[in-house]
Amino acid sequence: MSYVEKVNMNVAIQCRDLKKTYDGKLHAVAGIDLKIQAGECFGLLGPNGAGKTTTIEILEGLLEPSSGEVEIFGYKWKTHGRQLREWIGISLQETGLSEKLTVREIVGLYASFYRNPRDSDEVIEEMSLHEKADSWVGKLSGGQKQRLVIATALVGNPRILFLDEPTSGLDPQSRRQLWEIIRRFQLRGGTVLLTTHYMDEAERLCDRISIVDHGRIITSGSPALLIERLCGTQLVEFVANNALGEVVTDGWDHLPGVESVKRENGNILLSVHEPHVTIPALLAAAQQRGLRLEHLSTRQASLEDVFVHLTGRHLREN
Amino acid sequence: METTIKKQIEIIELDKPVPERLLPVRLAAQNGRWSGYWHLLKARLTELRREPGVVFWIFGFPLLMAVALGMAFRNKPPDVSRVAVIASPEAERIVALLNSAPHPELVRADVLSEIDAHHRFQFGKYDLVVRVKDSDTLVYEYDPTRPESVLAHVVVDDQLEIATGRKDRLQSSTRTSTEPGSRYIDFLIPGILGMNLMISGLWSAGFVVVDMRQRKILKRYVATPMRRSDFLLAISTSRLLLMVLEVLLLLGCGILVFHFHIVGSWASILLVSMAGAFTFAGMGLLAASRTQKSETANGIINIVMIPMWMLSGVFFSYEHFPGAIQPLIKLLPLTALNDALRSIILEGAPLRVQVPRLLVLCLWGGISFIFALRWFRWT
Repeated sequence: MSYVEKVNMNVAIQCRDLKKTYDGKLHAVAGIDLKIQAGECFGLLGPNGAGKTTTIEILEGLLEPSSGEVEIFGYKWKTHGRQLREWIGISLQETGLSEKLTVREIVGLYASFYRNPRDSDEVIEEMSLHEKADSWVGKLSGGQKQRLVIATALVGNPRILFLDEPTSGLDPQSRRQLWEIIRRFQLRGGTVLLTTHYMDEAERLCDRISIVDHGRIITSGSPALLIERLCGTQLVEFVANNALGEVVTDGWDHLPGVESVKRENGNILLSVHEPHVTIPALLAAAQQRGLRLEHLSTRQASLEDVFVHLTGRHLREN
Repeated sequence: METTIKKQIEIIELDKPVPERLLPVRLAAQNGRWSGYWHLLKARLTELRREPGVVFWIFGFPLLMAVALGMAFRNKPPDVSRVAVIASPEAERIVALLNSAPHPELVRADVLSEIDAHHRFQFGKYDLVVRVKDSDTLVYEYDPTRPESVLAHVVVDDQLEIATGRKDRLQSSTRTSTEPGSRYIDFLIPGILGMNLMISGLWSAGFVVVDMRQRKILKRYVATPMRRSDFLLAISTSRLLLMVLEVLLLLGCGILVFHFHIVGSWASILLVSMAGAFTFAGMGLLAASRTQKSETANGIINIVMIPMWMLSGVFFSYEHFPGAIQPLIKLLPLTALNDALRSIILEGAPLRVQVPRLLVLCLWGGISFIFALRWFRWT
């Protein structure tokens, strides 16, 4: 099989039963299987400490797994490490850059490590850093620094981009800018693996996601599919009071079109497929039982709801 | 399907036309084997140049030290013996006698009360107390453990004897010598050069590496195809280039400012300096091999540095230390470096004499390098 054929094979990243144990007791990663297609944008979504960073660093060949196997385009890190490094671009969770070098010097330095790098000026231009090309890294804003980090990942002309929390701590505008850069890379045929604890990021960017918690994948699929499958498409949320002003939480399971009912601090959350069927029935039932509805609202279910549904916890809670 | 539709909608919102983004990327020229090494070296030197603190500690500090110490010990007038004459009717006569002696500049005499005289003598303001017992009898009070006090006793007695008419039976003449080659500054400059090679070696190979590890720069580097040996080679090369600058600057300043005279060959000096730079870079790397915090590295480097700073004859000869520990002092790398530099620069000794000292240096350096590479952590 020729080099080009290998690279163009369908599976970009694959791992089987990945485990990482620190000091023989703590399971940072407790058995993860992934199969990421070339050209796909894949997201690992989970709360802090779920094992996302450990997983991605094992896939990047920076950490040795305690057990399990990793293949990038069918190659293993042990035997083809140097070659694989030519094919991937990385943004670590915290990347240090020399403060006293300029943007152009940093990008040029990283370009020099690769056999066939991209033109540095073009990468700087693409990251909208051309006006800052001769500024010291220490003088850049957070968003500019993060774009420089991505520039160092892209300058090697990688086939795969590994991004560990690429937008954490950035303002909304910088985040949108980065999303656009990531999407552009994917449109060129690149494969992206990113970790995030932002649901909106995963929903917008990723073709498929895996939700990770306690070092395991709880579920995988496209964001839309996961939401659809686990939460229905719509959520109807309300509080019901009886004549004495007491909150009533039971008796909503048998309304038409309700997939599941969830109670949260007196709030009722109904997962429904067709709100226009459920809501009239809900209003009728409330009237019949002499209950008053408060804060009635419907909204699109999100990945956050999926996570809460699966773990009983919120993604961002500490 | 749904996600691709979503993406197309998003693209229309973007301000740039779509086809431009779909163009294939422009590639730079293919990189050769050494491009990473050259860029790392260039980056390292650029960073050094932009770090004013580093420039000061490597170049300014040793120069300043040489100039300050050199000035302190240069052109000092001959020592004046300070004498307290205890007040009495005869005291003024003694002072007048001292002033009329052949070398009045050697003595400064003051008349003081007895209490004052003893008090100031105790605090070192005066080197000698003279009491006039009667017109022909003097009592000298001096401290035999203080060299200047002993000197004052001899000088004052001598001057008074001559002033009162002593005839010397032996004819003698004296000549003073402050020629380059035997002054304190001549001893000092090779010592400061050795010390500077130690400081900058331990710092630029040790502290800098730990700092890069702590800031995850090393981790990011090893996530690229960069050859790890290129990184270590670039650090060593930058050290070597700086070493040449340090040697030229310090010795050049010595020659210009202090009329310092170099007897031995520049080639030997550079070779020995290179051995020193290599040794201390190795020790720096060893100290840095797995240290995670720059504060810790700071402490380790000081622990390595301070004993040698004191023992290895930077500012004064280690001959002053007890004979029993001198063989140990000679095994320290800085002692070997200082001794070799002094014997080449001041005495013009050939390289073959330096073999044992070079051996001491290379052993320290070589063993440090081997363990540093074995233990080195990138993350």
